[in-house]
Amino acid sequence: MAMRLRLDHVTADYQIGPVRSPRVLREVSMSLQPGTFTAVVGPTGAGKSSLLKVLNGLLLPQSGQAEIGDITIDGKSSKRLLKAVRKRVGLVFQFPESQLFAETVEQDISFGPLNFGAHPRNVHALAEKVIAQVGLDESILYRSPFSLSGGQKRRVAIAGVLALEPEVLALDEPTAGLDPTGKEELLSLLKQWNKQNGLTILMVTHDMESVARYADDVVVMEKGRAVFHDSMRKLFEDTERLEKWQLDVPDARRFQLEFEVRSGTRLPRVCLTEDELADALIEVGRV
Amino acid sequence: MKDLMIDVENVTFRYDRREQTDALSSVSFKAEKGKWLSVIGNNGAGKSTLAALLIGLIQPSQGTIRINGVALDEESKWTIRRSAGIVFQNPDNQFIGATVQDDVAFGLENLNVPADQMRLRVTEALETVGMLNYRTADPTQLSGGQKQRVAIAGVLALRPDLLILDEAFVMLDPRSRRELLATLKRLKTERDLTILSITHDMNEAAASDRILVLKQGHVARSDTPAHIFSEETELAAPFSERLRRLLLKKGRRAPESYRTESEMVQWLCD
Ligand SMILES: Nc1ncnc2c1ncn2[C@@H]1O[C@H](COP(=O)(O)OP(=O)(O)OP(=O)(O)O)[C@@H](O)[C@H]1O
Ligand SMILES: Nc1ncnc2c1ncn2[C@@H]1O[C@H](COP(=O)(O)OP(=O)(O)OP(=O)(O)O)[C@@H](O)[C@H]1O
Ligand SMILES: [Mg+2]
Ligand SMILES: [Mg+2]
Repeated sequence: MAMRLRLDHVTADYQIGPVRSPRVLREVSMSLQPGTFTAVVGPTGAGKSSLLKVLNGLLLPQSGQAEIGDITIDGKSSKRLLKAVRKRVGLVFQFPESQLFAETVEQDISFGPLNFGAHPRNVHALAEKVIAQVGLDESILYRSPFSLSGGQKRRVAIAGVLALEPEVLALDEPTAGLDPTGKEELLSLLKQWNKQNGLTILMVTHDMESVARYADDVVVMEKGRAVFHDSMRKLFEDTERLEKWQLDVPDARRFQLEFEVRSGTRLPRVCLTEDELADALIEVGRV
Repeated sequence: MKDLMIDVENVTFRYDRREQTDALSSVSFKAEKGKWLSVIGNNGAGKSTLAALLIGLIQPSQGTIRINGVALDEESKWTIRRSAGIVFQNPDNQFIGATVQDDVAFGLENLNVPADQMRLRVTEALETVGMLNYRTADPTQLSGGQKQRVAIAGVLALRPDLLILDEAFVMLDPRSRRELLATLKRLKTERDLTILSITHDMNEAAASDRILVLKQGHVARSDTPAHIFSEETELAAPFSERLRRLLLKKGRRAPESYRTESEMVQWLCD
């Protein structure tokens, strides 16, 4: 059941009417082990969302192929095959509003599970479960998704994907628009499932705090290529390379670098969270 | 005291009369001209509702809103919108033009800006957000961050006196976000631009002049970042304050009140 994800020289573009766009993914190859929590980072337009769409069968490779466990997607994959892929890989879109469509939140959340063959008798309990998991009150199930605030809509869209109980979760900037508490709760929940149930997670984010605190591995996208795929710590060690990829460091690391320049004191190690920074400051006797 | 750009008095709003609670209730606050006001608060607190009220998209059931000294009503809202621009929370499905440049120009057409002026402003705005290369692209076929930039360019081209940003930076990469914030700070000084920015980013809020905290439709607090982050300890805080609180928790030496990041580094160096 543990499912590996593999991309093999995937090149992709978008069909715009009769013409094709420039390539948005170029020869992307990578292998994601089951049960890993991988962050996908990189500047605007680098191909992060397109990468997730390939894994979920929404964007087909022009050349190369994607393997989702024992299913192989290429340019000629059938609709039936892609449906099977979408059951395995749940995708939360970058703009969740475009994912909502039903009259009530409950109908919206139930649609996916029913479509994939869940029994109608079970979906109500499922909807109640996932709405609580994203930190919303059950009463919201009976409201129109269009009468919700931005953050509430995003939570509902996430709940809709959780309800599919996929083996792989692909989330495109899932914490954008969530309040600080909501963000922490969502990320902890994801991490918990990732650890306990071996759920494979792929999360696009611009938030280096979340990367530092929750990701095992990081993929860096740049101009349609995957230019880095390694552990989170390795990524943040090399400040020069981060600069080249136009990536930021987490707050604690930025603070550390500033402190080291201004104090002339070097801290014993690279600090990525406030806890690590506080401990290092204690160690060198500054506080 | 400087002139007021925003003066909200006792504003109450409810989306649906059948509902039990107001989306906003008895909200009052002021924003001086040329200042940066951050609005923070949990999901559903009423921030976007407030933004919609400020440009007259919806009308309060009670209370008054004055923008730049003019009371907002059905008649004055058209004039007010000529000098107040808004970037909505979700840029998707809001594009009107078939190309990026048409979309940015759209708002200017309504302002009767002469054609050559218009081209100039569109170019300038797209350059500011780094989207000039995409001017002939279809705005619906852009990446998330690119869409958000186009939406921001659309209001910058209007050269408003009041800029309302509803989480307008969430899809931008950190570097572009910082560059754009710096540009807006510059415009604020150069053109006496007033900015009301709704955000969940506490580092951004900490860098503003004042913060308005909304809580379940009420104003929980309106004050400077220093006061708010020192005193409202249940609120999420910017990094320097998180570190300060952590040091205190660990029973270590720490400053007695909120410090900005730069001040905190200095304190550690002393
Ligand atoms: N539907 C589409 N049709 C044509 N081109 C597209 C479409 N969606 C995205 N693109 C283009 O493909 C490239 C990669 O886009 P993608 O959405 O994958 O970027 P991203 O890394 O997710 O960026 P962001 O951080 O801004 O969301 C961009 O240059 C973009 O303009
Ligand atoms: N069109 C609508 N009809 C009915 N209720 C609405 C509508 N829009 C928002 N609401 C409700 O009004 C309250 C305030 O919503 P608002 O969008 O102002 O919140 P917000 O502070 O902007 O939240 P977020 O951080 O999630 O964007 C919420 O409880 C929301 O569910
Ligand atoms: Mg994207
Ligand atoms: Mg909102």
